[in-house]
Amino acid sequence: MILLGHLKKYVKECILAPLFKLLEAVLELFVPLVVASLIDVGIANGDKGYILRMILVLFVLALVGLAVSITAQYFSAKAAALFARDTKRALFRHIQTFSLADCDRIGLPTLINRMTGDMNQVQSGVNMTLRLLLRSPFVVFGAAIMAFTVDVKAAIIFVIVIPLMSLVVYVLLSMSVPRFRKVQGQVDQLLAQTRENYKGARVLRAFNLQDEQMKSFHERNDALVRNQLKAGGISILTNPLTSFIINMGIIAVIWYGGIRVDFGSLSQGSVVALFNYMNQILVELIKLASLIQTMTRALASARRVETVFRTGSSMADGELEGCDEECEDAIVFDHVTFRYNEGGAPVLDDISFTLKRGQTLGIIGATGSGKSTLGALIGRLYDADEGNIEILGHPIRSYRLSFLHDRVSIVLQKARLLRGTIEGNMKLARPDATTGQIEQALRDAQAWDFVSDKGLDAPVEAGGRNFSGGQRQRLSIARGLVHGGDILILDDSFSALDYVTDSRVRKALSERSMTKVIISQRTSSILDADLILLLDNGRIIASGRHEELMASSEVYRQIYYTQFEKEVENA
Amino acid sequence: MHKTTIARALGYLARYKVEFVLSLAMALAYVVASLYIPLVAGEAIDSLVTGGVDFDMLLSCLMRIFVTALVCFISQYALSRLNNRMAYRISHDMRNDAFDKISRLPFSYLDSHRQGDVVARVISDVDQVSDGLLLGFSQFFSAVLTILMTLYYLFSLDYLIALVVILVSPLSLVVATFIAKKTHRYFRQTAEKRSLQTDITDEFITDTAEVLCYNLQASCQKTFDEVNEQWAASSLKGTFYSSLVNPATRAVNSIVYAAAALCGGLLAVAGRLSVGGLVSALSYANQYTKPFNEITGVVTELQNALVCASRIFSLLDEKEVVDDGDKTLADDALSVSFSDVCFSYVKGQDLIKGFSLDIDKGRHVAIVGPTGAGKSTIINLLMRYYETDSGRILIDGTDIRDISLASLRLSFGSVLQDSFILSASVRDNITMGRDFSDEQVMAACRRAHVHDIIMRLEKGYDTMLDDDEGLLSAGERQLISIARCMLDLPNLLILDEATSNIDTRTEGLIQAAFNEMTAGRTSFVVAHRLSTIRNADIILVMRDGDIVEAGSHDELIARGGFYSELYSSQFASVS
Repeated sequence: MILLGHLKKYVKECILAPLFKLLEAVLELFVPLVVASLIDVGIANGDKGYILRMILVLFVLALVGLAVSITAQYFSAKAAALFARDTKRALFRHIQTFSLADCDRIGLPTLINRMTGDMNQVQSGVNMTLRLLLRSPFVVFGAAIMAFTVDVKAAIIFVIVIPLMSLVVYVLLSMSVPRFRKVQGQVDQLLAQTRENYKGARVLRAFNLQDEQMKSFHERNDALVRNQLKAGGISILTNPLTSFIINMGIIAVIWYGGIRVDFGSLSQGSVVALFNYMNQILVELIKLASLIQTMTRALASARRVETVFRTGSSMADGELEGCDEECEDAIVFDHVTFRYNEGGAPVLDDISFTLKRGQTLGIIGATGSGKSTLGALIGRLYDADEGNIEILGHPIRSYRLSFLHDRVSIVLQKARLLRGTIEGNMKLARPDATTGQIEQALRDAQAWDFVSDKGLDAPVEAGGRNFSGGQRQRLSIARGLVHGGDILILDDSFSALDYVTDSRVRKALSERSMTKVIISQRTSSILDADLILLLDNGRIIASGRHEELMASSEVYRQIYYTQFEKEVENA
Repeated sequence: MHKTTIARALGYLARYKVEFVLSLAMALAYVVASLYIPLVAGEAIDSLVTGGVDFDMLLSCLMRIFVTALVCFISQYALSRLNNRMAYRISHDMRNDAFDKISRLPFSYLDSHRQGDVVARVISDVDQVSDGLLLGFSQFFSAVLTILMTLYYLFSLDYLIALVVILVSPLSLVVATFIAKKTHRYFRQTAEKRSLQTDITDEFITDTAEVLCYNLQASCQKTFDEVNEQWAASSLKGTFYSSLVNPATRAVNSIVYAAAALCGGLLAVAGRLSVGGLVSALSYANQYTKPFNEITGVVTELQNALVCASRIFSLLDEKEVVDDGDKTLADDALSVSFSDVCFSYVKGQDLIKGFSLDIDKGRHVAIVGPTGAGKSTIINLLMRYYETDSGRILIDGTDIRDISLASLRLSFGSVLQDSFILSASVRDNITMGRDFSDEQVMAACRRAHVHDIIMRLEKGYDTMLDDDEGLLSAGERQLISIARCMLDLPNLLILDEATSNIDTRTEGLIQAAFNEMTAGRTSFVVAHRLSTIRNADIILVMRDGDIVEAGSHDELIARGGFYSELYSSQFASVS
């Protein structure tokens, strides 16, 4: 267990908390004995002084118990909170080692649930366990042992009652827990459907599906109630049944005690003590049952958190921190194949090409043809399944990722601006970038006109909501330019720009000497590229310069003319 | 406000009157019986006198305990069962009402409220209400009964010992409230820090690609660690203070116990109380603080439940969509007229002012304008997702308010850029509840050029989809919604032309599909392509939410207004 490792730092707290709890329990177990002697000695002899002394003992037991208990609570709260803190920190660090593919696969809601909901469960599990795990069994068994010290034969009743009650609690718990899990699953379904009906209201109403949705919701809701009642029907037996068993135990103790008292081998006070111990067991066993529930939940959560920790990054980091400056090839793909899901259809199939330093690569193709994936492979956001990729003279996997991402900058199709300021976003990759460099990048990306109005310190909301689609794209291009490096990948970064801006950005880019990869749906954006790859269904169906493709590829011509029509009209 | 909220919540309870009355009866039976046992046990112990045990009395006592224990068992089980039944059923009823309400809410509500908040009302608030209100009430009732019965039994033993218990016990209430107040602040703080932590995690995972590309791991970790540190500090305090409640009340309880023992012991010596009586009294003293603690808990829970209930009722009280039209639209080409239409999303901020236009059947309308100019407003008004403030929209000469919503909306086919995918199979996503054969579905998908994409999915048409992106790209989702339209072509079309989601080649194919769809049908196209705009019969030009111009391309160019300005800036060639 990786999680246990984080608990190790708090060994002191983890030992002291249960220990103090144990002490508290011991003090509690003395109470029935004190009361017994109060009856047998104090009341029997009419000794008021003795009674007062015994009461004093009870007071002292109460106060010492309080002090001991507070200490225990402090240690367990501390161990649990700090353990959760350390685990969360480690979890966050671990999540950051995940590749994009890992994040896609595991999913955002899952990771957030692990971080918050599950960690909460684990934390309270640790807290409750430290407090009760030793205390409750100790009180239960302690009461039985104390019963033995009072009277060995009468204590046999305890030996029967305790296992019987434990069995009842265990059976009922193990029957109801899986049923409640099923109930939770149904609640999740209702939640999903409610979300869907809110989000998809326009479409659902356009097709007049409200009644059908209500019907299916009501059916699911009915099923939920049925299962809730079934699951609840079992768990609500716990309290009545355990109380009943204890009451039977009490009857047995008093009956058997009566026989022994009649014989003269047991005092009235001792029977009272046995009676009191019986009652203590009931209270404590119910606590233990709820602890077991908390622990089961916490363990399930811990296991889920654990899986995240065990999910190693599917991408092994390399060690190389320098590239072959002599090598003329910037990007080499050699029979590269890639799938998002194992066993699924390849998204990229047998891709081979070579791009020289300083050249521009254009990638064009239909939706779902694998353009963006190809770009992502160049930046090693994913690893190819088959074939080799070499970047700047070395296999892509040999580089340390941080180094690679320093030299290869990607402007993603769905580039997201981070909350903060424009300047903050520009400096993401280059915290030491000068205002001059930023301004030049913004000018090149045709973003300077609207940025200069607002100023570099203008706020950016989460996801860049306060900018239009076109402005966001220009800002992300500028951010990529500030980032710099040897290779710049622009994944459909011009789609929201009008043709004028598009061409101005490309002109400014052409004056920068870096190797460029332009992914686009507009032939105009890649017209001047040194190499154009036309993708269809994950395969390269044609490649070459624009003129070559116009001559050789029917599909390319078709794409070109659908857009050419636009340009003719524009002219 | 609380009064009416409680009254309404009780309205839900009214459907389960029998269960409710039975539940109260069971609670009464349980409390009386469970508290009777210590009393009888005391009597039994009194019969244990060394060397002269009164076995007849002992036996009769034990028989009474047995019967009472049986009553306890049955009444406690029945009580829980009845309460569960009521709580779950009331949740169920409220949840159904709340869910149904969502389908009847106008878009002015849906668009202006946070989805998560409304979903929380339907799912978790409902449970809080039924738990808090019903179980709270039941617990409260039992607790009060327990206190009263305990007092009754105690007084029946000896009034002095009863007085001691009554006087010392309130101490536990004082202590518990004091701690609860202290704790509340830290709990709130912890919750705030935790949601901040969630936000940070959310943002950084959403932006994983950026984090990777820009090597942001270290700075992310730093931000997270800072918040994590603050969270841990307040969580530690909150947990610690809240965990003081138990030891503190237990200590108070022990003091009550000791006081009762002192008083009882002295009374026993004086001969006013038997040993068995002392034992019974001590049993009561031991339990006496418990109902008080429960009442404190119930009050907090009840407040929480009332907040949740008022959230649910305010949702249920929202104005509903008005659907009192009874006319149906003919299955034929339809004309559309705007007559002096005024509209605003927010009162006082008029967007569309006095717009009038007649569109003959079969005409193609292009809607153009810069991003954010309010092109979707037209769609909202036509499909009556929103109501006009004044003026009328007529379809086929009938005011759309006189047409049933079902007929109106089914007459429209819409393909929007952001397509919604139902969590259902691909097939169900295309039929959308309409009755069509597999062959017809496939034919529609072929015409929408999405058949091959579907066949590439793991289970073809049986693949389960959901609205979270994953299996399908935005462009592919749009193709799915085209297939929905293709399956049964409606007479009025609203199409949002692709900009960046679909590549040019697919766009060309879709364009062909659009042309096929719109032939002979009145259509509204949010247009980005020049050819669509120029071929349209009427162009609606939108700016800042208003329709500023309407007319054909040539007319508008000749007018030299906003359209011609837009046209030359946005579409003019570079070369």
